[in-house]
Amino acid sequence: MMKDYDVAVVGGGLLGSAIAWGLGRLGQRVAVLDEGDIAKRASRANFALVWVQSKGLGMPAYTGWTVRGSKAWPKLAEELKAQTGLDVVLQQNGGFHLTLGEAEYEQRTQLVARMHNQVGAADYQMEMMSATEVKKMLPLIGPEVSGGSFCPYDGHVNSLRTFRALHAGMKRFGVDYLPERAVSAITRDGDEFRLTTAQGEIRAAKVVLAAGNANETLAPMVGLSAPMGPTRGQIVVTERTMPFLPHPLTTIRQTDEGTVMIGDSKEDELDDRVQNHPINAVMSDRAQRTFPHLARLNVVRSWSGIRVMPKDGFPIYEQSQTHPGAFVACCHSGVTLAANHAFEIARMVKEGALEPELVGAFTAKRFENAAGVGGSGYY
Amino acid sequence: MFKRAEGDARASVTIHVEGRAITAREGDTVSAALLASGLDVRRATAVSGAKRLPYCMMGVCFDCLVTIDGVGNRQGCLVPVAEGMQIEIQKGKREIGK
Ligand SMILES: Cc1cc2nc3c(=O)[nH]c(=O)nc-3n(C[C@H](O)[C@H](O)[C@H](O)COP(=O)(O)OP(=O)(O)OC[C@H]3O[C@@H](n4cnc5c(N)ncnc54)[C@H](O)[C@@H]3O)c2cc1C
Ligand code: FES
Repeated sequence: MMKDYDVAVVGGGLLGSAIAWGLGRLGQRVAVLDEGDIAKRASRANFALVWVQSKGLGMPAYTGWTVRGSKAWPKLAEELKAQTGLDVVLQQNGGFHLTLGEAEYEQRTQLVARMHNQVGAADYQMEMMSATEVKKMLPLIGPEVSGGSFCPYDGHVNSLRTFRALHAGMKRFGVDYLPERAVSAITRDGDEFRLTTAQGEIRAAKVVLAAGNANETLAPMVGLSAPMGPTRGQIVVTERTMPFLPHPLTTIRQTDEGTVMIGDSKEDELDDRVQNHPINAVMSDRAQRTFPHLARLNVVRSWSGIRVMPKDGFPIYEQSQTHPGAFVACCHSGVTLAANHAFEIARMVKEGALEPELVGAFTAKRFENAAGVGGSGYY
Repeated sequence: MFKRAEGDARASVTIHVEGRAITAREGDTVSAALLASGLDVRRATAVSGAKRLPYCMMGVCFDCLVTIDGVGNRQGCLVPVAEGMQIEIQKGKREIGK
């Protein structure tokens, strides 16, 4: 198959589909080349938080980028609803990280202080709350809860429906979604990129690598680099119960349809076909100590998923110097940042330049000096 | 709609549906007893609130969910009746503390 596109997006996960949707919205002719249904996809396994608190320790620019993404989410949700009729049930009334016992409370207090003291980070009003204050907002917490941090920007969304809405929406914008088209090579031919797949070649003026952890192998084909350090996370899901949790937590949230999701762990194992059951036990135990009534509920599902994780935990956005027109985009927290990808990254790709003020900090050049930067302090 | 077979010699068991005493037979499942009771025992589903009755009667479809002795979301088709059992027809999602 041969057809000319303005942009070929490699990868149809949350990043690829958000960027392709955004490009289609701007009138670009776009193809999305994806693997088949059995591919590992973080986009189908995540916890669905639109999360701000504690993001960006070690890189203030990431805090700003995250706050921007959180603020742009309502616009994305509205546009998707208007275009596809799908309600992604975005809820952004603030979220908690709760602590059990005094030692955890102290630790969290110190983290909040470190975040506040970080020079250049956007202020996102994360504050510590005592157990008494928390109880006013979450009446069902148990006696072991010592308090926690609250951030008014935090929220959550139905992430599978978001994924579906992005795919439905990009189709309406005329984007060609091409599954079973794993890209094995990318070369430049004049002012075109040629992408090799077992089903034939695709040509496009620009290429965006949004293949998750596979960016590590694809990026060098166009003079880019994307060092990745994926981790595995597990999630436990209960049967539906009456609404009891008006705000999401870092580790517990109740979906719009009533199920309770409990997560998520971090391991270096990368087999997503198996689960570490002792980890599920610890997560469930902590959940029932946080909300004792959860102990009565049955678990109906659990799974493990592989996180797309740049080596230092922060996003990578870059345009190739040797192959102008080739971009790479990958990050953990693709749900949180979906609106940034749909509106900002898509716009910059169309214009042919990433704006340093917005995303300059996320260059992969940071990996070249050995020390690098610390972790993203996700929790 | 359902009628008990004649000549069923099994001992009778009294259970309570929404506080009302009904007579079941030893060995009935909760779902079978509810269907035989002649009462309106339709539950409401958790998301849309659609009316449902037990369907597969063998533990597969979960359309028989019911609150038994204060415990919500139990599959009535898998639980045998016992004397004095308290049954509530579940309306929607499992309640907090049930
Ligand atoms: C357990 C867990 C919990 C999470 N919780 C949250 C959360 O609460 N909030 C949040 O914001 N984020 C969360 N995330 C992260 C979020 O899910 C990811 O950041 C996001 O899904 C990444 O999307 P992606 O498109 O980069 O990657 P993926 O979804 O992995 O998609 C990559 C795509 O590229 C395709 N591909 C790979 N190689 C090729 C190739 N050679 N050619 C063509 N296509 C290729 C794959 O088939 C796949 O479809 C979580 C992730 C996990 C695993
Ligand atoms: S009737 Fe189908 S599971 Fe009980």
